[in-house]
Formats: sequence, C-alpha cells, structure tokens
Amino acid sequence: MQLLFDDIDQPGLNTLRVYQGERGGYEMLSRALDMEPADVLSQLQASGLRGRGGAGFAMGVKASFLPKGDMDKYVVCNADESEPGTFKDRELMQKNPHLLIEGLAIAAHAVGANKAFIFIRGEYDYVATILEEALEEAKAANLLGSLELWVHRGAGAYICGEETALLDALEGKRGNPRLKPPFPAVQGLYKGPTLINNVETLMNAPIILRMGGEEYAKIGVERSTGTKVVSVSGCVENPGNFEIVLGTPTREIIYDLAGGPLGGKKIKCFFPGGSSAPVLPGTDEYLDLPYDFDSMAKAGSMLGSGAIIVADEDVSIVDLALKTAKFYRHESCGKCTPCREGTNWTVKMLERIDSGEATPMDLDIMASVCDQIMGNCLCVLGDAMAMPIASMIKWFREEFEEHIEAARERNGLGAANPQFNADEAAGPMPALT
Amino acid sequence: MAAIDPSKVRRYAHGSRVPGWDDAVDLSKAPAEVPDPATTPVPAELRAEIEQYMSRYPDFRSAAIPALHAAQRLHGWCSPTAVEQVACVMRLTPGYLTAVATFYDMFETVPKGRVDVYVCTNISCSLRGADRIHAAMQAAAGNDPEFHVKSFECLGACDIAPMASIDGEYVGPLTEADCRQIVEDVKAGRPVLESKQLRKRKTAGGT
Repeated sequence: MQLLFDDIDQPGLNTLRVYQGERGGYEMLSRALDMEPADVLSQLQASGLRGRGGAGFAMGVKASFLPKGDMDKYVVCNADESEPGTFKDRELMQKNPHLLIEGLAIAAHAVGANKAFIFIRGEYDYVATILEEALEEAKAANLLGSLELWVHRGAGAYICGEETALLDALEGKRGNPRLKPPFPAVQGLYKGPTLINNVETLMNAPIILRMGGEEYAKIGVERSTGTKVVSVSGCVENPGNFEIVLGTPTREIIYDLAGGPLGGKKIKCFFPGGSSAPVLPGTDEYLDLPYDFDSMAKAGSMLGSGAIIVADEDVSIVDLALKTAKFYRHESCGKCTPCREGTNWTVKMLERIDSGEATPMDLDIMASVCDQIMGNCLCVLGDAMAMPIASMIKWFREEFEEHIEAARERNGLGAANPQFNADEAAGPMPALT
Repeated sequence: MAAIDPSKVRRYAHGSRVPGWDDAVDLSKAPAEVPDPATTPVPAELRAEIEQYMSRYPDFRSAAIPALHAAQRLHGWCSPTAVEQVACVMRLTPGYLTAVATFYDMFETVPKGRVDVYVCTNISCSLRGADRIHAAMQAAAGNDPEFHVKSFECLGACDIAPMASIDGEYVGPLTEADCRQIVEDVKAGRPVLESKQLRKRKTAGGT
C-alpha cells in the first residue's frame, strides 16, 4: 500500500500545478478550514497515528495537550533528520514538498496556531530551497489563509532533532535541551504552546482527512496504524526508502525490498530504528518479527525513526561500536555530565579494546557506564549511545573478548588475568568490605 | 608489562600527549560590547538580508543562525569581522554569536577553503567504505586551499552510501576515481558528478 509514495516520482510533483491541479492537493486543507478545529483533532486522534520521528508518541494526543483559547501558539515541523541511517524525510520533502505544507497547515488549524516553522537541517540545502519555492507558490496562491510559515535552516547539530534543543536553536541559541516538564505543548517556542511533529507525521494529516481517521486506523496493526517509510541502508544490495504497512515482517523489508545482504552473506545484526536503537541479531527469531512499534519494543529494541541499518557477518562488532560511540561523543551538547563524560569514556574504552590495552573486565565497566547514563540526563542523546552499545555487549560479548585477547597478543601483553575464578563463580559474589 | 619507551610516546606539537582544549579566553580583556554602528561598516546587502531574517520571527534573536550563514557565505568563514558585522546589525554581543557559531558543525571559526566537501563517515557509509573515500578525497583535494574537506556525521543519504556533499550537492555512491572527478568538475565550474547526483535519483520503493 502506497500512501506517501503514491507515484512519488511523478515529474513536477513539487510544483503547485501538478500537486493541486492534477492530484487534487490542498483540497483537504480547505475542507479542514471549514471544519471546527476540534473535529480535525478528533480525526487525527481516531487515526491512531504515532509520531514518525523516533519517540512514537500518538500525534493526535500530543496535539490535544495544547491549551485552547486565544494566544500565540506555534507549530514546528522537525525536519532536522540527523539520526544515522535515516533519510526518509529528505526524499519526501524533495519530491512532495506541498504535502508537508498542507499537513502543517492542517495541524496548525487543529491546534489554533497562526505561526509555523519548518526547521530543516542546514546540510539539506537543496531540499530547503525546494521547500521555499513550494512555500512561495502556496503563499502566492493564497492557500495558507492567515497562517504564517517559514523555512528555517539549522547549521549542523544532531541534538537539534531533540524537540527542546530544536526550540533553543530556533530561538537563535546553542541547541541545548531543556528540562521537561514543562513540555513544549505547554511552554515551547518563545514560551508559547508549541506542537512539534516530524515531517512524515505531518504529511499523513491530509491523507488521514481524506480517508477518515477510523478508516486510516484499519491499516497496519493494533497500536501501530498506517504505513511507514522505512530507510534501509548498510550492507544490503538495494538500499533506499520503502513504504510498508506497519506490521510487515522485518525479513520481508530487508530481503524482498532491499535485496538482502550484499553478496548473499549472513546478517550479523541490524539496528531496527536508527543508530539509537539497540541492535538485534540477524537470527530467524528477530528477522521474523513484525516491523511495528510494539513488536520492536517487546524484542528489547525500538522502531525509532524507522531506519534499518544492516551489518553483515564480516563487520567487526568493535568497529561498529566505536563508530556508534564516536558519533554520540561528537554530538553530545555537553550540558549534562553523564552524557558528556559517558560518551567520551565509552569511546576511550573501545579504543583501548582496539589497541590491545583492555581486559575483558572493561566490558563490564563499559556496560556500567552505559547503565549510569540512562535516564540521568535532560534528553535521551546519552541513552541513545548507551542502548546500542549495551546491546552489542549483550549479544556479542564473546566477540569483544576475542578481539581483546587478539589485540593483547599483538601488543605482546599476554592473556588478561584473572580470567575466571571457578570458586567465586560457583558461590555467591563476595561481599564488599 | 614492559617499561614505556619514551621515544615511542607520541606527542602533540605543544609537548603534551593530549590534543589540548579550545583556545583559551584572554581574561585580561574586557568582553566585547555590542558594536557601534558608526564605526562598524556592514555591506548593505548583508545588512538587508539579516534584517529580512529578523523580521520573520517574533524574537529577532531567532535570526542568529540564518544571519551567520549569510555572513559565512560573504566572508568565507565566521571571521571576527563577519561575527562583528552580524552583531552590529542584530544588536547582540560578538560573544553571544561566537558561542552560537562554535556550537554548529557548519560554521567555521578558522579560515577554510571556499568549496565545502563534507564526506559522510557515519555508520551506514562506513559499512560501505566511507573511510577509504574520505582518504581519497583528502588525497585529491586536501592540500588545495580552494577546498575544505571535512569528515561529517550522517548527512541523511545512506541510500547512496558512501557519499559526500559538495557545497550542498549530494553525490554517491562514490569510488576513489570519483573523488578526483569531483575536484576536476569543481575547478572547471561544471555541475559536480552529474551522473551520481542524488536529486536525480528515483525512489527505491516508489511506484
């Protein structure tokens, strides 16, 4: 089923002529403007649409948290797509910018906002230009009514995808996350109530209105309704974006749509939802899981932004962990100590493993560092490093240990000692004095 | 464990084994104040562009990032002069803007080459050989003052991994030979690696 990708490569879809003239675009916006905001909201709620950016919070519920009444309210579209492995919003915005503008305008009407921004990452320069051109067309055709909408370019910081950091960046500051609560729905941009949604989430709004919320909720599985654009990348034959109905088996996405692993190799592990999601091993048990929010959570990972990164059997788990940890160290904003220091020390320990200075005990220290980051910061950037690293140690501890021993051997340091104390392992842990 | 051989310890230029911290602040200097418009010449076009940005937002400070982008385009990097001009138009201190500029990866507070070459070396690209491409790009353009080659975090184009962004133009999947082609295309003023531009690519799962 193709809702967002319906004839996405139609020439000229990024122009008003095709989008409105041939595809009947902006009809749903004018229908929404004739409806009461509360009715639009109830349609969005009935659809069961969950946020497509990473957290998976129900969009209609989030919108309903905004206070009613006459005040300055804002809608911000989070187009700061920076999660490693994720590239769905780029493709959607580049090819169908008007659908986003229409969705944004519908959401703004539903919550009673009169000012809106699309915060797009600065690296997506050409996509931002396409959006601006589309926006000019929509403004010239007087389609947006009283809504004031601007495209705002960021300047390269992963943390700005976190909603409160995004608000700080949009206010012209360093992108540091804020303490929550108050949540943005109560006190967000310029201290006004603010609705922040991902690109794909907002693009679903016109589709929901066209189908009707309850009809939309019939697509997919319970608690994971609708379709999802999945970005598959890494060691696969045919990487790219694919629109699937939520609940499609993961194997079908990786093997049938993305062509399977390169050269017919085995899958060692995969990130099911961007690099922040704990990895799952490439065994039948996990490949046969339905790809939806709850199944992924139950398996100990998450759907996240819907980005599947596949690593095949030839990939060294230490390299993969080091790349992952280095990314988060670089992108940590530095505001909270557990994240700033924890990401740094994890990288240092992984480098020691690689250079042969580590012992197998360092894996436990690393796991405990990860444990102490989780839930102790203002935002989840630190957790986003801790979760995949901890999962790699959990699934591939033996490979880490082999790597440690091999590197020690190369370094002429000999086997790490003590390795294993059979007497202690048999009995309870010795008490600390 | 063997004793450390002092001749094998690698040191940075200042003699330490750690790379060092950011440039220290000169505490003997008073903090720079909001520049005086009478003594700070600002090019008219830059002023107009920044003022246009400031008018978009309920709070003018929101224009800081777009304004710094504009100043960097004009001056080539976020030089003290560039920051001072933005500060003058926006009526902010240079310190505030420097704090913003140093936070974001796309702003450079040291001189850089005119053409930004961002080579993605994040997970998906490195699974397909991005580190090799980065090395090849460094070899092809690293010593050329015209280019600013930088290894970058995920640029959001893992479908064309390994990839790079040349002044915002996404190209990939790259081979080592493509890196030399990119340098030639930029020098000749041609569109960069036209056959591998992302914007021309069809959606993998499209119908």
